[in-house]
Amino acid sequence: MAAAPFATPQLKGYPVIPLVQQGAMAHSKPFVASAPIQKALGFPEELVENWQDKAIAKMGELLGKYRSLRVYMDTCVHCGACSDKCHYFLGTGDPKNMPVARQDLMRKVYRRYFTFAGKYFPWLVGAVDLTKEVLDDWYSYYNQCSECRRCSVFCPYGIDTAEVTMAAREIMASVGQGQKYSNEIIGKVHRIGNNLGIPAKALENTLEGLEEDTKEATGVDVRFPLNVKGAEVLLVTPSADFFSEPHVESLIGYAKVFHAAGISWTLSSHASEAGNFGLFIGNYDQMRDISMRVREAALELGVKRIIVGECGHAWRVAYNFWNTLIGPFDFLDQRYPVPQHICECTYDLIQRGALTFDREANDGRIITFHDSCNVARASRMGGMPGGQFIIPRAIIKAVANHFHDMAPETIREQTFCCGGGGGLLTDDLMELRVKGALPRMEALKSVVDEHGVNFMATICAICKAQFSKVLPSYGFEMEMIGGVHQLVGTAIRLGSPK
Amino acid sequence: MTLLTILFALLFYVATALLVGGVGYKIYVYSRTPAPLKIPTTPAPVTQSGVALRLAREVVFFESLFKSSKWTWLFGWLFHFALLLVVLRHLRYFTEPVWAPIVLIQPLGTYAGFAMVAGLAGLWARRFFVDRVRYISTPSDHLMLVLLIAIGLTGLGMRFVAHTDIVAVKAFMLGLLRFDWQPLPADPVLLVHLFLVAALMAIFPISKLLHAPGLFFSPALNQVDNPREARHVTAWATGAPKPAKEA
Repeated sequence: MAAAPFATPQLKGYPVIPLVQQGAMAHSKPFVASAPIQKALGFPEELVENWQDKAIAKMGELLGKYRSLRVYMDTCVHCGACSDKCHYFLGTGDPKNMPVARQDLMRKVYRRYFTFAGKYFPWLVGAVDLTKEVLDDWYSYYNQCSECRRCSVFCPYGIDTAEVTMAAREIMASVGQGQKYSNEIIGKVHRIGNNLGIPAKALENTLEGLEEDTKEATGVDVRFPLNVKGAEVLLVTPSADFFSEPHVESLIGYAKVFHAAGISWTLSSHASEAGNFGLFIGNYDQMRDISMRVREAALELGVKRIIVGECGHAWRVAYNFWNTLIGPFDFLDQRYPVPQHICECTYDLIQRGALTFDREANDGRIITFHDSCNVARASRMGGMPGGQFIIPRAIIKAVANHFHDMAPETIREQTFCCGGGGGLLTDDLMELRVKGALPRMEALKSVVDEHGVNFMATICAICKAQFSKVLPSYGFEMEMIGGVHQLVGTAIRLGSPK
Repeated sequence: MTLLTILFALLFYVATALLVGGVGYKIYVYSRTPAPLKIPTTPAPVTQSGVALRLAREVVFFESLFKSSKWTWLFGWLFHFALLLVVLRHLRYFTEPVWAPIVLIQPLGTYAGFAMVAGLAGLWARRFFVDRVRYISTPSDHLMLVLLIAIGLTGLGMRFVAHTDIVAVKAFMLGLLRFDWQPLPADPVLLVHLFLVAALMAIFPISKLLHAPGLFFSPALNQVDNPREARHVTAWATGAPKPAKEA
């Protein structure tokens, strides 16, 4: 299945809602999970024989387990408020990428099997049988949703397409039609401990290397501790922070913050992954089991606090779900939020005057901030609603002199997804990723043209990886993308070299 | 007692039973389906009273819709609030003596009928002229608007064109409430109006009109943003933490 060539969309100076182009992305689908990958997660190895009955039964089960799904299947009035809000629709024009139409792929089947109108008057309400064609449509279009929740912000009933997408993926995986990228990664977490599959020994070597590099660059002994019992803080961060550029720059930033503030901290090889792809595939048990590694590591190491690194969906799972999935956290220091975001930690230290910066060190950078969807619309930082927007920007302004926000309708809770979230950050979906990045690229271009912005900071490992890949398609430098703690790390004063 | 009166009396009893029973059942199902995880769409209120305010803003002002699409908001809000006035005005046919507030809004309610039909016409036009909305519209979406417009037009017709025997209509309605049936005038426009209203009541619990109760049960809107402060636990997704499965 070699990817067909495609044209990168043109950047326009102003947003344009595309005309509907039926079937424009019907060919886009990720690789199906192979038998061993499926088996490792306890899913059927291939599409089961009676998949139709099984899928309907699973849908019934989920309707009974999730109020969101139950209510959202009934509530939509087809008003069209969401129809021009999805970055994948804006980038592709495929009508099935309108949130309402994406939901309807499931709603049609729900109506057919679970409602009076759909059972007896299917033509009237657009109800359809769950045929192989419908399943194929599901596989294609429920893997063209990054679960970013932008539609939910605009829906008069708060209908969250992410909930529908998760349910659809859960149903498909349960009948043997899992998605390779996400399911393979989940398998790695169980086998090795993190999404990238970095073994403990390699992690140890990497961290030692970082200590040497940082010593060389700053002259200061900044430590990158691993599995240190009795440390105050357990840092759980996406494994991309250990190996990928620009992610690792933020890891260095966290380490410098802890160093400068005199906080003892550690990473854990058992919980060497903040990411939790159980969320993406809508599987509660996977999400809990992956999260459980963090609880186990925290207890094993005897830490007092858990801090989460720069990762959007990980922060959603940590902030919103950990207390339910792996709480209560009565064994941790209750004077700090549990869990705490690294930005909350850094921000508090700045407020207390515990950190000082050479802001001029960032003067070569003219910075904008990309709100990551799961942080923006599915979590919070600090004590007030909207702290997730205020705190990262406050940090950037504390460590750098040049900051410009992108257009208001493209940031904060209205932010556009990077185009690679929700389990879509895979090469077999490259066309979707490039086209889905269009709205963000247009907003970026405006501040590049107007203010000369040359650095887009973000706090999500997926955003960083996605933008590194797609920025060049739109004529931008790959190095434009980086982390907030990369900026912190550049400007922070570490005291006199020893 | 004419056959017509008996048929319409039974029709309204059945329609009312379907409406109350059907919506009641749906609310029961929604309320007993667990919401296992905290999923408010943020930024979200951090207190219960903040959530009440958020829901109130959605119900009264259609806040999210206003953010989404000004035209849809304009037509949708116009329709819904005109409908509210119209329904309130109609309470005069079910109460004796008529409550003072209902008397007061009588003039407003009368003209709200026009606003209601105008709003509906705008909403219907979108289903033809906006290609995205045309794509998602099903026959039932069109028919729902036809139904509501027909109800509005027949009502306006009786008020402004060919008056019906409104005193007799009120006697019929009060008779229904008191289980003391009174004759219904055989005015065709009135009969169509009443039949369509009964139809609307009957299909409420099996149609997208469920958006009305559904709004209040939407976890994205009705949850408090306090997952770190209060551990959220529900029936199936709770209990002491179990150890992770062996890898």
